Amino acid sequence: MVEHGDIRVVHCGGSKLNFRDPVITHDSRFLLCASGEAVKVFSTSTEECIHELRGHTGLVTGVLLRPSNHLQVYSSSLDGTVRLWDFTDGILIKTCVIGYPIYSFYASAKHENVIFIVTSMPSEKRAERFQLVAVHLPQSGDQLVEARELSAVLSGVNPNPAAIAFGRGVRIRRHKDNKKGGWNTFTCVACHPKDDCIATGHEDGKIRLWRNFNHKKEYTYSTLHWHHSAVSSLCFTPEGTNLLSGGVESVLIQWRYKQESERDFLPRLGAAITHITVSPDGSLFCTSHSDNKITIIQSCVKVSAVIQGLVKGDSIRTDLMMDPRSKALVLNGKPGHLQFYSLQRDKLLYNLDIVQQEYIHESGLQQFEVVKAAFDASGLWLATVEERHQKAAELELNLKLWAFDEQTQSFVLNTTISAPHDAQITAMSFRQTADSQTTLLVSTSKDGHFKAWQLAAPAHTEDEGPSWLCDFVGAYHGLVPECCSFSADGSLLAVAFQEVVTVWSPATWELLTTLSQPPGAVSDLCFGRLSCSKYLLGTTASNLLCCWNLLTCSLEWSTSMDVRRLLVDPLSENMAAFCYQSGSTDLFVFKPSEPRPLFSRKAVCSGKVTQAVFAPREEMLESCEESSQWLNRSQLYFLTQQMVNNISSSTCFLFSPLKLVIDDSVAMTPFYLLLGKHRQQQQEHRDSDSSLWAERTALPQTSASIKELLQTPAHVLPSTSYLCSMFVQSLLISVSDAREEKAHAEEEMESEKEEEDSEEEMESSRSKPELVAAATESDAPALTKAQARELRRVRKLDHSWLAGLLDS
Amino acid sequence: MGEFKVHRVRFFDYMPSAIRTMAFNSQTERLAVARADGAVEIFNFNDNFFQEKVIPGQDGRAIEALCWVGHRLFSAGLNGEITEYDLENLRPQYTVDAYGGPIWTISSNSQGTQLAVGCEDGTVKIFAILEERIQFQRNLNRHKGRIISLCWHPSSAQIAAGMTDMITIYDAETGQATRRLLVDRAMGASKNKEVVVWSVGYLSDHTIISGDSAGKVQIWNGLTGTLVRTYLVTKWDVLVLSVSKDESSVIAGTSEGTVIQFQFISSTLDQHDKEWVRTRTFRNHSHDVSALAHTDTAVVSGGMDTQLVVRPLLDKVEKNTQESALRKIAFPHRSLVGCAKKAGLLLFQFPDRLELWKLGESEGHGEQHTHTHTLGEDHICCSALSACGGWLAYSTVSSVRLYRIHVMISVSSSLQVPKLPKELRSVHQLCFSSDSSKLFASSCQSSVIVVAVSQQECRYLHTLKHKTVSTMLYRLHLLCASDDGKWLATANTDCEIHIYNLHKMKLHCMVPVYNSCPTTIAIHPVTNNLISVHADQQIFEFSLVQKEYTQWSRRLQTQGLLSLWLERDTPITHITFNPKNPDHIILHDTYMFCIIDQSLPFPELNAVLWNQMTLKNLPVSQRIGQSHAFKICKIFQHLMCVSLLEDLSLVVVERPLLDIMSQLPAPVRQKKFAT
Repeated sequence: MVEHGDIRVVHCGGSKLNFRDPVITHDSRFLLCASGEAVKVFSTSTEECIHELRGHTGLVTGVLLRPSNHLQVYSSSLDGTVRLWDFTDGILIKTCVIGYPIYSFYASAKHENVIFIVTSMPSEKRAERFQLVAVHLPQSGDQLVEARELSAVLSGVNPNPAAIAFGRGVRIRRHKDNKKGGWNTFTCVACHPKDDCIATGHEDGKIRLWRNFNHKKEYTYSTLHWHHSAVSSLCFTPEGTNLLSGGVESVLIQWRYKQESERDFLPRLGAAITHITVSPDGSLFCTSHSDNKITIIQSCVKVSAVIQGLVKGDSIRTDLMMDPRSKALVLNGKPGHLQFYSLQRDKLLYNLDIVQQEYIHESGLQQFEVVKAAFDASGLWLATVEERHQKAAELELNLKLWAFDEQTQSFVLNTTISAPHDAQITAMSFRQTADSQTTLLVSTSKDGHFKAWQLAAPAHTEDEGPSWLCDFVGAYHGLVPECCSFSADGSLLAVAFQEVVTVWSPATWELLTTLSQPPGAVSDLCFGRLSCSKYLLGTTASNLLCCWNLLTCSLEWSTSMDVRRLLVDPLSENMAAFCYQSGSTDLFVFKPSEPRPLFSRKAVCSGKVTQAVFAPREEMLESCEESSQWLNRSQLYFLTQQMVNNISSSTCFLFSPLKLVIDDSVAMTPFYLLLGKHRQQQQEHRDSDSSLWAERTALPQTSASIKELLQTPAHVLPSTSYLCSMFVQSLLISVSDAREEKAHAEEEMESEKEEEDSEEEMESSRSKPELVAAATESDAPALTKAQARELRRVRKLDHSWLAGLLDS
Repeated sequence: MGEFKVHRVRFFDYMPSAIRTMAFNSQTERLAVARADGAVEIFNFNDNFFQEKVIPGQDGRAIEALCWVGHRLFSAGLNGEITEYDLENLRPQYTVDAYGGPIWTISSNSQGTQLAVGCEDGTVKIFAILEERIQFQRNLNRHKGRIISLCWHPSSAQIAAGMTDMITIYDAETGQATRRLLVDRAMGASKNKEVVVWSVGYLSDHTIISGDSAGKVQIWNGLTGTLVRTYLVTKWDVLVLSVSKDESSVIAGTSEGTVIQFQFISSTLDQHDKEWVRTRTFRNHSHDVSALAHTDTAVVSGGMDTQLVVRPLLDKVEKNTQESALRKIAFPHRSLVGCAKKAGLLLFQFPDRLELWKLGESEGHGEQHTHTHTLGEDHICCSALSACGGWLAYSTVSSVRLYRIHVMISVSSSLQVPKLPKELRSVHQLCFSSDSSKLFASSCQSSVIVVAVSQQECRYLHTLKHKTVSTMLYRLHLLCASDDGKWLATANTDCEIHIYNLHKMKLHCMVPVYNSCPTTIAIHPVTNNLISVHADQQIFEFSLVQKEYTQWSRRLQTQGLLSLWLERDTPITHITFNPKNPDHIILHDTYMFCIIDQSLPFPELNAVLWNQMTLKNLPVSQRIGQSHAFKICKIFQHLMCVSLLEDLSLVVVERPLLDIMSQLPAPVRQKKFAT
């Protein structure tokens, strides 16, 4: 097996923002929300992420302001710890180990230093039961404390945090002990801050306000009914004058307490409301939505900010794609939309409305969905397919082609083809040619045909521009085409008809050859690139990966593996295959021409990898190590469906090589090293804070002085001249070899820089000598001896010049 | 259980009349309900909501308001008259004209000494309640505009009167108006429409609660005359309010068909400043709720959709008991259908007419309508058809008519018997003997008049009477003659059942008094046992010869009836017997009919009654083990009558509730979701 200790999977964003209800700080300036394994601190005015409180090793299941200190925040996690943070500076203050996974937690000002957590009950049965436990937090100055004073409060509670709320001194909970059957099960509960009144939301859309519940039997309730589906969240404003409710209708309703017939609506919030919170001063409302969005609303009238994460609908029906222009990740997001998501900034760039119809917020309604999308190579054209299943028989299909408009910098609808096929479209592909004049789109459908669409000049002069017309309809023995692929130069089209792969010439629409490898239908098909362009690879349903040589029209090799996803790197000849095996996914990266994989890793992640994409790097890296070379030009992203606590949260991962060799073509001045690297580091610091981008570089550890120099704020630093001498000294100390003193110093310095950056990653397992060795090793094959000498000479020159400058 | 040919009769288009108003007497637990046709029904809430009495209506008598004063019941209507009812003889005792135009409301003070009525001309008239009559006392100061609603303060010192656009508070002593509370009109387009205060309530802490045509329920402070709270509960009218006895809860009925409860509760646990809070909403009606009563444990409501709904307050009753079940009373608790078993004739009793139908012969062919009688302005209180089909008798409040009927193949004629004995004047129940030679009529003072009817003449024979110790003589509401003509059983509303020997024309014995009113009685043709079913669903069998309960009845009492039987909420209204099998007793209520087989053992108390399909799948041995005395059939619903003809075909008269619903006028407004 290939050595792969330096390639790892990095979680790079797209985690859920709407998993638990967010928290607004007392001054209403910050909004904290649980996001994956971190807590994100957003500014309520600028929507930007300010900090990321990292430290939990499990999914964060709750964020709460500390009742006794409003500048501190508790967070709980499935890893069994409760952590106390200073959210303004992003510092971990205390970690309290509880030892059981915490599903949700609560605190009240009445109970000093006591938090209430919901944990699973220790029972041997499969059916999980949960209990509410009061935990007394120990008062000690230590960073890490263990809480031992646990007392069970209640068993059999619902793990959903909406099921428990604090009232005026009393703690209320409602679990599913329902009396009247399915429709009025409780969905959420909220307590009035001043009165003895509990509001409960129900499955049937009713809200009940319970009063007099302290008496044994004399309870009474009133019913408010506006929602047509289940009420998902309820919240009283801090003074108790209003009650806010929300549900799948995506309308925020403000009920006047005791004047319930008067209510205000804030409609068109975009997606179903999952949580509602109100800032402690009541000025800001904040709603979480099912499309991974947090909306901040000022005084129930104006949406002032929207914090949008990666939208993951019920399923990602379009593949992951890269927009060739903006290098953004493209997938279907909101219903009827394509989202453009910047991987670098972990931020949604914009949504492109494909369906252009109003979305009706009602569950169970069949609405248009974007099911396929494809970009051409230059990013000039975008093809989308939307479909709606009204009944099993009636299928509504639309193929839309969008042209990129330079002026508006967005896609403009060019052609709508309604009912392009009689049945569902299975695959769609543009011809990847450089000249955009002869753009060709091929779509395959379950009706047994594949169609080629071509941009045609307008028939009439008064028409505005060219539009797309069907050019060719192809079929093969009435079989259903499952996938199609163009070769890299666009001269060949391969269409897989169940077990048979047909190769066509797009120029003449002539069937060139057929390849087949029964049994099992071909499920994925792609051509090799660059030097491997003579190969055509396909995966079959019978767990076979086949490689055909198109020159000989014969099977080059085949191997038996359950390939779920076959990817081709557009910039190199590499291919990646994700194989699902016994609960986890394996990754293989290979060149079709070589029998040995470049890289392989077992159990990249648990669960199935459903979608993956190669994203080209902004600048090419030059890695020396064989196993990580495939990541030089592009990065591999994949999407997983993690089932955590019955709540599906999918997360993006990417592979990142740990090693980075500095590009030798740049003049290697110490200034560059100092400032350039520092800038880079800052960049990375920011990146890692907002979890936008996994660490791009990973460098060895540094010496203390440089670390000090770079990490101390500028205003507390001593004078530059003092620093310089110290800096130079630090360089000189580590020199051990007398023969090529300066060059070694350079190298040493380089490795120190590298060290320093890797420290950012908190990767402490590597020891220094190994890395130095690795660095020299990695240099060696890239440069010839003479070149290296020349480089060293240049470096030496530069350095002396710098030294002179500093001395003067 | 046997197989029968069934005549499924659905042409009895009985249409109950809308409930106009109701009054609840919490001392006697009686509810008086006035219907739009002028009939007044009395329900006994102590006795399983049994409809004890029905005072038949009259054309042109529209009751607007009812009022209990002790045991006395007063009504007032738009004809401008105040009526007191004779609740024993079931007729108006006297009427007094108030001379103020149509009367909208009537209310008595808490001591029961004075009666206030609100008239069209804007006067509130005070009547003194005397023994046996009422006497006009004085007018309160007159205002322009009609008085729609009235309520006495519990101290009887003030009266609140709801009018158009305002509420006026009168001093009952001086008759001066002390305060006027102006009621806001509705918002928007109906700003110019005057608002009518349909109902007011006056609590002992001088809180006034009003419901008006703008859909508001308003809470006023009566001492200062200030508005405390306004609840906009509907876009249409709030028609009626009712206050609970402890004044902690108020219910309001709206023209949307909803009933809304308001409760006087404190907002936090330890504080005592209470306030009125809107709480529950009950939605049991499709039309206007025009009558409401707040009993201690339930909300009783009625309206245009003719049903009386008893909705228990779940915080006041034990959960999951018979008491906590919602009850809808749609049909009268007596039989309106007469059946001539020998001739195959059906007699349908409507308030204002009788219909006589002949059952058809073969399958598929309908039964033919033979005759309809339309009558004068008094409504029918009872009717009877002889078994041979030759005689028909009915009675109104004031008179009795007897007809001789000739039924031919297609033509039929009826002849009124001209001369009736003068004793037959006002009767409550009529019954023919099985050989059609005698007519029994229950008259006043708990007596039964026996009249011999023959082709030639109609001759008074005897008056059956029993001696009682009590001075009160209760009305006989059930009569039943035995097949052999020897026995006559009578039941009165005081739960007494008397047996007369018709040969000797004297009292034979009295059945031990059970504390629930009998809903129907019948004498077995073979064994001469009396079967009586009571309002609490108990069944008794009494041997007339031995003058004691039979063994079967004793066994049934010791073992107890099964809970499924006891939980039914409509009374058994008719009993027939199977002449082929003397063990079979056929009874029915609104939702099922049941054949009780006296030869089989009783089921377990909590037994689940299997239906025939599942029983058929069981092996024979088990099936025998499952067999029990109660065989219930629910194929036919909303039954008005189930009777067995002489040719052993079953007549089932149904009146589907949906048909009644479809004949109702369109509702003023129906609440639709999201409006």
